[in-house]
Amino acid sequence: MIASLHSPLATELAARYPATHPVGDWVRAHLSPFGAFTVNALLALALTTVFVSLTALFLVWMERKVCARFQLRLGPNRVGPFGLLQTLADGAKLFLKESFMPREADFFVYHLAPLIPITSSFMVFCVLPFDHHIQIADPQGGLIYLAAFLGMGVFGVLLAGWASNNKYSLLGGMRSGAQMIAYEISYVLCLLLIVLASGSASTRDIVLAQHGTVLNWWLFKLPGCGALGFLIFLISSTAELHRAPFDIAEAESELTGGFHTEYSGMGFSMFFLSEYSNLFVAAGLGTTLFLGGFLAPQFGLGPLDRALDLVPGFAWFLLKVYGLIYLYMWLRWTFPRLRVDQLMALEWKFLLPLALGNLAIAAVLVTLGWLLP
Amino acid sequence: MSTAEATVALPPGFAPAAEGSREAEAYFLNMGPQHPSTHGVLRLVVRLDGETVLGVVPHPGYIHRGIEKMGENMTVLQYLHLTDRMDYLSALFNSHSVCLAVEQALGLGVPERAEYIRVIMSELQRIASHMLWWGVFGMDLGAITTFFYGFRDHEFISQLFEQVCGARLTLNYFRPGGVAQDVPADFVPQVKKIIAQTRRSLDEFDRLLTQNVIIQERTRGIGVLPPERALSYGCSGAVLRASGVSFDIRKHNPYSLYDRFDFEVPLGKNGDCFDRYEVRLREMAQSVRILEQAVTQFPAAGPWRAKEPAHYKLPAGAWFHWVEAARGAFGTFLVADGGAKPVRIKNRSPGFSNLSVLDELARGAKLADLVTILSTLDIVVPDIDR
Repeated sequence: MIASLHSPLATELAARYPATHPVGDWVRAHLSPFGAFTVNALLALALTTVFVSLTALFLVWMERKVCARFQLRLGPNRVGPFGLLQTLADGAKLFLKESFMPREADFFVYHLAPLIPITSSFMVFCVLPFDHHIQIADPQGGLIYLAAFLGMGVFGVLLAGWASNNKYSLLGGMRSGAQMIAYEISYVLCLLLIVLASGSASTRDIVLAQHGTVLNWWLFKLPGCGALGFLIFLISSTAELHRAPFDIAEAESELTGGFHTEYSGMGFSMFFLSEYSNLFVAAGLGTTLFLGGFLAPQFGLGPLDRALDLVPGFAWFLLKVYGLIYLYMWLRWTFPRLRVDQLMALEWKFLLPLALGNLAIAAVLVTLGWLLP
Repeated sequence: MSTAEATVALPPGFAPAAEGSREAEAYFLNMGPQHPSTHGVLRLVVRLDGETVLGVVPHPGYIHRGIEKMGENMTVLQYLHLTDRMDYLSALFNSHSVCLAVEQALGLGVPERAEYIRVIMSELQRIASHMLWWGVFGMDLGAITTFFYGFRDHEFISQLFEQVCGARLTLNYFRPGGVAQDVPADFVPQVKKIIAQTRRSLDEFDRLLTQNVIIQERTRGIGVLPPERALSYGCSGAVLRASGVSFDIRKHNPYSLYDRFDFEVPLGKNGDCFDRYEVRLREMAQSVRILEQAVTQFPAAGPWRAKEPAHYKLPAGAWFHWVEAARGAFGTFLVADGGAKPVRIKNRSPGFSNLSVLDELARGAKLADLVTILSTLDIVVPDIDR
């Protein structure tokens, strides 16, 4: 735990995991402060855009492959090696398609809605620590910023459902709104749990607070509470992502396409893109909060630990993230969907009290210092 | 005058709502004829209050081809292949009931071997049909993976059908007096393989879906059909048996060789969606039991079709025979006046009467329950529209 920003441990960690990247340093050394800021910001923007697009492309392919294997199929295997370029081909098709708008739809809101979820997803990407020196921004209130922008995504879905002027879309949008508001609470309570344990809301500090062996990850270090918090986080983030068994907003068998029934072409692909970048964000957040983020897993065995430490931090981060993503996919392709009222009952009657109780117990544990050594 | 205007504004089939009632606040949602879960081209108009269903009016007829009317202009043998296009997921039962009616009319006997072939093929068809239903049921509840598992096992049976008669879906295999052609030499070993595979699959189905807590939550106590209502609507098949009414034509009015086999009629207790689901799974196990007995008793050699008159005419009179199809009682009513073509053919399809309970079951349920209920009623739209 980082008790103070100026404690010896914090200083040692800051020295071992420097926050500045060599490229950024080089830019800062050669340009005026304002110029360096502009160039670094543009670099970060370009990197994020490329990374989000590539990740979404890869995740769509991965989801299709994974679900195909669950379903005794092969999945895409025609376009490119192992069908890797299939998503690109589909993207080109979506790009060339006519963007059709229903006559009675609200023009401004209808076109605004697909942009909101993807924007919020980009904003959240900025505070994810990919490595100790690969993080665009590290605000002190990182998790509060995160909660705010994660909550923004629901507006896109809600507005899309309303603006389409279709009863299926409206039902999907309303369902989604109710669902997001409900599950946001237990989601944020999980974030609070970690803020409480780490003594900081900065994502970088949260990762550094888990420095040490695997047992120092918040998943294990908070006895019981960490594991329960992780479980609640998994459930509520699945709900936030609208993935089965919580995909009631687009429930294909009842609502055809739910909130995106009336979207085609680029509007649809924006929703699709945000769905997958949000998947990455949720898994990245789970990794940062509970699984030690970019830190290499250490088992207290000298040579093995040193070998694992040689692997760069972002590789560990991506490995953990993709492990979690696989878990999300596994859940999605195994479970049937819950009904709307059952979904609400699960949150309000079960998850919310559980998360609150968990937080209270964790507060006692942290105060008494009853953590794993 | 104002009442008349209100009636015009409502979709057909709905009564105008009383002032201040819950219905007055409701809106209408059109599901289908193109919709992922209306199983083909069924159109439902739903009166909704938020997510709660206040009433459903089904609009069948989008795939009406006038099969029964066409039957008046052709011989019975020509009509046989049209029957496959009614309930295309269990095509054999349709032609079986026509064959039985014609055999009654002509006083035609069926060789023992042909009867065994019919029983084995029918039970395989029942398993195939139920497996497909199981897959689609999972998909209707949001578990898309089950669809592929259902289809995998359906595929083994389809392949055997292809070897036996060259077709996979519209088999056109039964004929008055027997079947169209003999079965291939390795028919019995193949059926045994399918029996073993089906046993494994049923086990897998249980683990994947039946014991799932979400399935239990979403089907128990949903769409409860009391036995007296089921009888008054003329329901049959698993829909009726799930309500606890023991009615299986194979057992209670045995045709073909069904009195030779030892099998049970699975019954439900509550008549809810879960009972309808479970009854179908247990029916598959019973079909496997029948298959095992039929395979051991299967005569190694013998004729597969009775000698029948080359250009026979149906004697004047009226005949009816029904069979226990995968979805319930399928009957054929045949009227002839002594000519080669029947004067009137009427088919009694299980789907039509099973669909008619939908409104009663769905009232007060949620929109998602409507899909569950429709799925457990297991309708095939071409069978309703004919």
